[in-house]
Amino acid sequence: MSVPRYWREIPHHFRLVGTVCKNCGEAFLPPVKKCQKCGSEDLEEKEFPRVGKVLTYSIVYAIPRGFKNQKPYPIALIELENGARIVAQLTDCDLTDIHTGMLVEAVFRRITSYGERGIIKYGYKFRPIMEEKPDQE
Amino acid sequence: MRKVYISGVGMTKIGAHWNQSLRELFAEAAKKALDDSGNLTPEALIVGNMSAGELDNQANLGAYLASYIGLTGVAAFRVENACSSGGAAFHAGYLAVASGIYDIVLVGGVEKLTETPTAITTAALAEAADQEYEAYFGASFTTLNALVMRKYMEHYNVPYEKIANWPLLMHENAANNPYAQLPFKVSKETILKSPVIADPIRLFDCSPTGDGAAAVLLISEDKLNEISMDDRVVVAGVGMATDTLPLGHRESLLTLNASRIAAEKAYKMAKITPKDVNVVELHDAFSILGIISLEDLGFSKQGKGASDLENGKFSRDGEIAVNSSGGLKARGHPVGATGVYQIAEITLQLKNAAEKMQVDNAEVGLAHNVGGLGSAVSVTILKRER
Amino acid sequence: MKPKEDVGIYGWGGYIPRYRILSEEIARIWGDDKNRIISGLGIKEKAVAGPDEDTATLATEATLNALKRANIDKSYVGAVLIGSESPPYAVKATASTVAEAVGLPRHIIAADLEFACKAGTDAMISVIGLVGSGMIKYGIGIGADIAQGAPGDALEYSAAAGAAAYVIGPKSKDTVAYFEGVTAYVTDTPDFWRRPREKYPQHGEGFTGEPAYFRHIISAAKTLMEDLGLKPNDFNYAVFHQPNGKFPRRAAKKLGFNEDQIKFGLLTPRIGNTYAASTPLGLAAVLDMAKPGERILAVSFGSGAGSDAMSILVQDAIEEKRNLAPLIESYIKRRKVIDYGLYVKFRKKIDIIDYME
Repeated sequence: MSVPRYWREIPHHFRLVGTVCKNCGEAFLPPVKKCQKCGSEDLEEKEFPRVGKVLTYSIVYAIPRGFKNQKPYPIALIELENGARIVAQLTDCDLTDIHTGMLVEAVFRRITSYGERGIIKYGYKFRPIMEEKPDQE
Repeated sequence: MRKVYISGVGMTKIGAHWNQSLRELFAEAAKKALDDSGNLTPEALIVGNMSAGELDNQANLGAYLASYIGLTGVAAFRVENACSSGGAAFHAGYLAVASGIYDIVLVGGVEKLTETPTAITTAALAEAADQEYEAYFGASFTTLNALVMRKYMEHYNVPYEKIANWPLLMHENAANNPYAQLPFKVSKETILKSPVIADPIRLFDCSPTGDGAAAVLLISEDKLNEISMDDRVVVAGVGMATDTLPLGHRESLLTLNASRIAAEKAYKMAKITPKDVNVVELHDAFSILGIISLEDLGFSKQGKGASDLENGKFSRDGEIAVNSSGGLKARGHPVGATGVYQIAEITLQLKNAAEKMQVDNAEVGLAHNVGGLGSAVSVTILKRER
Repeated sequence: MKPKEDVGIYGWGGYIPRYRILSEEIARIWGDDKNRIISGLGIKEKAVAGPDEDTATLATEATLNALKRANIDKSYVGAVLIGSESPPYAVKATASTVAEAVGLPRHIIAADLEFACKAGTDAMISVIGLVGSGMIKYGIGIGADIAQGAPGDALEYSAAAGAAAYVIGPKSKDTVAYFEGVTAYVTDTPDFWRRPREKYPQHGEGFTGEPAYFRHIISAAKTLMEDLGLKPNDFNYAVFHQPNGKFPRRAAKKLGFNEDQIKFGLLTPRIGNTYAASTPLGLAAVLDMAKPGERILAVSFGSGAGSDAMSILVQDAIEEKRNLAPLIESYIKRRKVIDYGLYVKFRKKIDIIDYME
């Protein structure tokens, strides 16, 4: 990925900035130029809520380049509190604990970096909401 | 709009063709299609390909291929619609002849996927997904299909054992296909035990990566009369549609809306309903897409695709013969070429020339080609004309 | 030292990764006597950062937690300084990434600081200066590290990962505590160092004790107490830099502090040495439970060598801010034990070839 391309996406990848339709309230991440639901072009950029639930998920074993040391990893389709649905990696959880409907919260993590020379790419991932009771070993 | 016919087809076997470059592979298919058509000279070449830029560093495919096969000078261009590049190229070719601007158009598809390291090929195929919001996070193309598969299985309560009937049928069919990449039967157990690629998708739910090329010659009625063919195959209906690229922007993960819309358009144009279709080549890049497509194309009710499959509705001697070629799963999926393979296969069925794959009384055929996860779909309906 | 205007803490926050490796597991691999190691170092297990974590991501979560407690208008933050010896880049400040990730304004002083394990307190004290001088309203001082010990070396048992952040501003009724005074003590003592192209540090083994850790901690602490006219029993808590479970106890004893005073801020036995986050995290754990009116001594130590000592007095506002972010104990209790193989994979102590060329 080119440097400018990475840089452009920083607000979206770092702080979950998406677009919300001022007319009907539908929320989109990635952002859109025209509301898919009502067709309005009156959209505003906003930081999206950082809590959501897992709609569906998969555990990835055949990985694309850049993700070797994270393999295997879960990818989920998550519905945020404002209705936006986004694809993201899950992290900080046992693969066997993942289930549809799981509540998750956004965290800022390292996504990948190419080798030891290129830039490091950061972005959002989601982890199970930290509970009061501790993990069992 | 005037009628458009298919006069000849050509396909190469799908596999790892390390001895053949992209243009050599294409030339093989093109020659067959042209020989099959009494050696007419096309006025245009339209070719579908997804990854030559990424994996072969080759752009400019229109001129590149045209000049290699002795068509220097003709109108030529490449069409890209991810895995439905072939179907989209066919769509363009159809429009070219139907409009009256061209009389003879060679439509082809070619793809080489076996010469780069797996991780690089995977990344190239993932270009069908949203780079900044899906591929960026490590979601391979298979992963996105896995999200759909889990959602479907949970929603309709369909166990994996039922989904596994798909690759079972595909392999059974491919055993009769001389062009197939994997022309052999497999046992249900092999499928159920195959390694997990992106849970719940297993190895045998995924179409293999291979090199291949296919070509069909599109021709106007007048030109066809000049070479006077008997068993004629006419393009009866076409439909194309798209859907959102980010998966999260979809209204439903249980259906490919673009398939529904494209199919509706094609059915309407051909003046038929799903019941009238005899042979189908649909886009089963993954088992789950095969099953969902049965429903989207109107052959099964929503959620019933796997049951109908289990009951034999779609076997070669069933109500509708689906993917008698072995489909993407076993015939293979050289992405940009697949859509053209489908057209070629249906054409051979309708001309009664499908040999061991032949379905009896094939009068109406449907080809269904999907790009990305249902983000761009081409549906083509062909009819036999006596 | 203290600024002209009193400066306090508006919010504090920490972060500790989820994974743990037991000392006995490391001992198993290297053929060490696990009982000697555990009793000698006083470390049962250490926190290991996951494969998708680095100093920037640790610092970001700690800072988000601190901001939750601070409850201030972010647009008045004028500085973010991070102390670390494991920044993700050798050149490209972690501070800018953290600023962007937490959504700070553009007109900020931002930089990375290095002084081994005291860089975190250096960041905090520098921010105190910026606030106390009236140059900025609020500033954020962070200590964060993902420390690496050479495979098979003694430091492998303790080199851990963590971060703590402090939102600092003018003392007010909204500050949870304020700084009564600070002192530093620095000499050129090469007890532990790392040259630029080396992956792992070198250390002087026993030399890291008396001439390094103890000399600087004791000097800084004594001088601070003298300057402020305070004695050990004026403090409710003492947090010392904690490279293992033993040194802080010895330092406490030498200075006249007892076990009850140091136990709440001593985290290393359960999470290892978080380097630049060591003292800041210990302080955060104390703030998680301290009551208004209580006094805290926090003394860091950075190899090379130096100590920062701070005296902090807790205020009323701490009660209502405590539960606005996860407690350090919640992070400590959130644990997943891994084996040495996963440890090595996560922390890339082996060459991982991502794909064939």
